[in-house]
Amino acid sequence: MLSYIARRVALTVPTLLLVMVAVFALIHLIPGDPAQLMLGDAADDATLSQLRQHLGLDRPLTVQFARWLLNVVHGDFGHSITNGLPVLPLLLERIQVSGTIILAAVTLATLIAVPAGLIAAWKQNQTVDVAIVAGATLLLSIPSFWLGLLLMLQFGLKLGWLPVVGYVPLSENFSEGLLYLLLPIATLVMIESGILTRMSRASAIDVLRLEYVTHARAKGVSESQVLRRHVFPNAFGPTLTMIGVILGNLLGGIAVLETVFTLPGIGRLLVDAIYARDYPVVQGVMLLTALTYVFINLIIDLCYPIFDPRVTT
Amino acid sequence: MKAFFKHKNGLIGGAMIGFIFVVALAAFFWTPYNPLAINLHIRLQPPSATHWLGTDEFGRDVLSRVMAGAAASGTVALLSVISAVGLGLFMGVVAGFFRNWVDRVLMAINDTLLAFPGILFALGVMMIVGANKWGIIIALGLAYTPTVVRVVRGTVLSIREKEYVEASRMIGNSELVTMLRHVLPNCAAPVAVLTTSMVGWVLLSESALSFLGLGVPPPAPTWGNMLASSRQYMQSAVWLSLAPGLCIALTLLGINLLGDAVRDKLDPRMVVA
Repeated sequence: MLSYIARRVALTVPTLLLVMVAVFALIHLIPGDPAQLMLGDAADDATLSQLRQHLGLDRPLTVQFARWLLNVVHGDFGHSITNGLPVLPLLLERIQVSGTIILAAVTLATLIAVPAGLIAAWKQNQTVDVAIVAGATLLLSIPSFWLGLLLMLQFGLKLGWLPVVGYVPLSENFSEGLLYLLLPIATLVMIESGILTRMSRASAIDVLRLEYVTHARAKGVSESQVLRRHVFPNAFGPTLTMIGVILGNLLGGIAVLETVFTLPGIGRLLVDAIYARDYPVVQGVMLLTALTYVFINLIIDLCYPIFDPRVTT
Repeated sequence: MKAFFKHKNGLIGGAMIGFIFVVALAAFFWTPYNPLAINLHIRLQPPSATHWLGTDEFGRDVLSRVMAGAAASGTVALLSVISAVGLGLFMGVVAGFFRNWVDRVLMAINDTLLAFPGILFALGVMMIVGANKWGIIIALGLAYTPTVVRVVRGTVLSIREKEYVEASRMIGNSELVTMLRHVLPNCAAPVAVLTTSMVGWVLLSESALSFLGLGVPPPAPTWGNMLASSRQYMQSAVWLSLAPGLCIALTLLGINLLGDAVRDKLDPRMVVA
């Protein structure tokens, strides 16, 4: 077990390093001089060379990379060009908003989808199953930003139950803050349960065919016990993988939902930074998102043995 | 009964995609009105006999824009998927074929690229190549290549251990001939399944990028940028958000139904949600 953890953790080191190289390279691959890109065409030569020197752009690339790497390790992600503020606190503030929505939505979606998938698999090809699969396939096909718009139109504008624009941090006023997060979370829960239900159903069907399930049933184990004790633990692996994929996709794709609901999350920060050509912020968001994703995959891999001890060998 | 249902779903999905494909193709040559023609006298009109899906904030015909959007989004999705599958097949086969340091280097790079969520990766590439139609195709194509490489390499590794591959080697065929004649054709099933779902993912990503204003630049219509500009008129002109949103959803539904059918037919063991 320990050696499995050690091996898996060690495997992330080269990935982390390559991610850093990729994010660093991005800024240097954008055609043109980074200093010019950051300051715009109106900048004069003196300011340009000052910025170049400040950013160390006059040094060899390897030196620049080493310096940047060292800074990042020390928590220095540079300063935003638009407002001069340090990037890291900004990132941490924004990722709290996105993180809350994503984690709440994926947790709720899993709690709904896994039992739904198990029931569908158990009642395979019966009315319940057909209804669940049809519902899941429909949900899977709706783009999140459209569903978000429709929910906002119905519950925000028409019924006036929920606020439409704005955001209050949960730490400031929990109940009011929750009102702003309800619709975005509901949108994601609906869409992600679609994918997760289908995944959970597909792997449960595979497990239900196996001999030990027949054996358990023959022993007189009740159906609910069969599902809980034998099918669920063995069928959860692929769903867990899918949860990892979804978390990654949401990290990258949350910008659309934050745009619909005007939430100050990390996705919106990235899009605004791209528009403003605020490259230190772009670099910061890319790096933080990729690192988070690598970390999520690590956690997911470390969770497999809980459901399937054979993984460690 | 089960087989009948599955069969029917595939047919429905295929018919939906076929219809959208024909409409998109037709839009290259003909739309009811010019999708770019501005006429402020008839702005924000609800659906009527002359404008079936109404008009937008500039008085442009929504039906014509939805059709032109299908052509634009469809082109981007198809070309991106073709480049992702082509590049992914090549790299996956090379990695699976050599199985030495070439494989390790390729897979290390591939795993790093997989560490970036698709849209984020595409955004990064677009910053380098520029935010226009070709930029998006390159960006989405590259963003989805690593997934193809993964699947192809895995398949190649499992197929090259099969007996018929062994037999081909034994009768004196070179590794290259064995690879091209026996291994590659047998990758077709998983690649076909992946390709079908991928068209859906790419279409969704393209709409999301357009929705964020980072896709095909206006005034050219795409479903994503139509949805984005409809936000302002959501209450007064709901048809503006309904038309493009429904188009995306129905296309994705068609692709999902078709994808399920393709998977059941070619690769019943493959578990893809």
